[in-house]
Amino acid sequence: MPALSSPSSAAPARTAALLLLGDGRLPAGGYAHSAGLEQAIARGWVRDAPSLAEFLRGRIHTTGLVSASFAAAAQHRTAAALKSGDLESLGSALAELDRELVARTPSPSLRRIARDLGRMLLRAMRSISPAQQPVLDAAGPVLQQPIAYGTVAAALGLEARDAAGLLLYETAATPAVAAVKLMSIDPFATHRCLAELAPELDELAERATAFAGAEARDLPAHAAPLSDIAAELHTNHDQRLFAS
Amino acid sequence: MTTTDATTETTPTPGTQPRRSLRLGIAGPVGTGKSSTIASLCRALAQEFRIGVITNDIYTDEDARFLRAEGVLPGDRIRAVETGACPHTAIRDDVTMNLLAVEDLERDFDPLDIVMVESGGDNLTATFAPSLVDAQLFVLDVAGGGDVARKGGPGIGRADLLVINKVDLAEHVDVDVEQMLADASEAREGRAVIGVSRKRPETVQALAQWVRELHTEFLGGGHTPQDPGPMAPHFHADESDEGGFFHSHDENDTDHGH
Repeated sequence: MPALSSPSSAAPARTAALLLLGDGRLPAGGYAHSAGLEQAIARGWVRDAPSLAEFLRGRIHTTGLVSASFAAAAQHRTAAALKSGDLESLGSALAELDRELVARTPSPSLRRIARDLGRMLLRAMRSISPAQQPVLDAAGPVLQQPIAYGTVAAALGLEARDAAGLLLYETAATPAVAAVKLMSIDPFATHRCLAELAPELDELAERATAFAGAEARDLPAHAAPLSDIAAELHTNHDQRLFAS
Repeated sequence: MTTTDATTETTPTPGTQPRRSLRLGIAGPVGTGKSSTIASLCRALAQEFRIGVITNDIYTDEDARFLRAEGVLPGDRIRAVETGACPHTAIRDDVTMNLLAVEDLERDFDPLDIVMVESGGDNLTATFAPSLVDAQLFVLDVAGGGDVARKGGPGIGRADLLVINKVDLAEHVDVDVEQMLADASEAREGRAVIGVSRKRPETVQALAQWVRELHTEFLGGGHTPQDPGPMAPHFHADESDEGGFFHSHDENDTDHGH
């Protein structure tokens, strides 16, 4: 009897799992946020499609790169723990990443929002993917959102590059999709902004992925001071549509 | 999660399970009296049950502020979830924000007997997912028109209880309350309907009694959450050569003209 041909590569790409996690319809609470765009519009910083494109570009090169690097690092640590079968030390490794990311986030509001979104992602995944309960439990119930994404990505068998790409896309897509509810803009125009950013998003994802195995203290620390200020202003904005 | 009350500064302790409360959803269109129904229930039941409330708002935390101002519960047992202009999503497609808010409240004020979740005012098609609540009320009011109960839909047809609110206004808006209640009963194939006015104490008592009985049933394990389901298939007349057609659509669809 002829032998079955062996698979050409070690593991197939997990495209479907990546799409599941990156789908804006994933029930993890993200839809209630504009990632600072609502306040940027309220302050007159964003007024039209060109200024929206600039807002998104600024965001992916600062917050986006930092978030993606932490997601890649969290994926790397979680995947290593899963591979070695040692989930005991995962919690402390992720907690160290969490502290480093918190230290890079001057705005108390942004720290709270990222923590709440991270909790929601972990909570949702416990119900969505019960088979991953042990690794999700080892990761802990409360993590900043980029770290939670990295951990969940590893639990679904995804790579560091997947986690980084996912975070970068989220960083741009969350405000872009919110824009149509906040300003006079064509929905095709918002997605045109996203499409035009695609090469930059991929390039930044490559850069972020390179930090996957780095020491936590060596991860990027790009700042976006206006985002921090906008997040604080938004907390006291009385007629807001989005929570952030 | 986007509570405006900064609920979770402390890390939840794994391993300790707070009491699982009866989770009761209150849905219905804008302005029919969901918040005041909750206020009435809290006034009537606060001596018997430990109650918590989660409000969902389209804008900020207006409903939570109203309930706190009414003084029906300690203010910290009322928490607001901001739904980013998508109140229907928060109770059905993506319940995680509300689910965590309920679980946090149960943990922080353990033991709670009942947690009420108020939907942000939406249209007739919005209902709670069974993963979020054990039972749900759907609130209409007579001022919205006597014919609304006949229109059906998942909330009107299959919520655990239909409340026809503001019955004291009926004479001012030319609505026959008895007829509206009868229409509602028919649309619901006999499921419970109660006419309520906060100005008529006996109607509020009837509502409170329904919740008491539900809680007893819940404690006894006799209550199974029923999903009213997405918008039901329905008939469009005269839109095709065949003289009409049945179709269904999920609640992501925008309302079409019927």
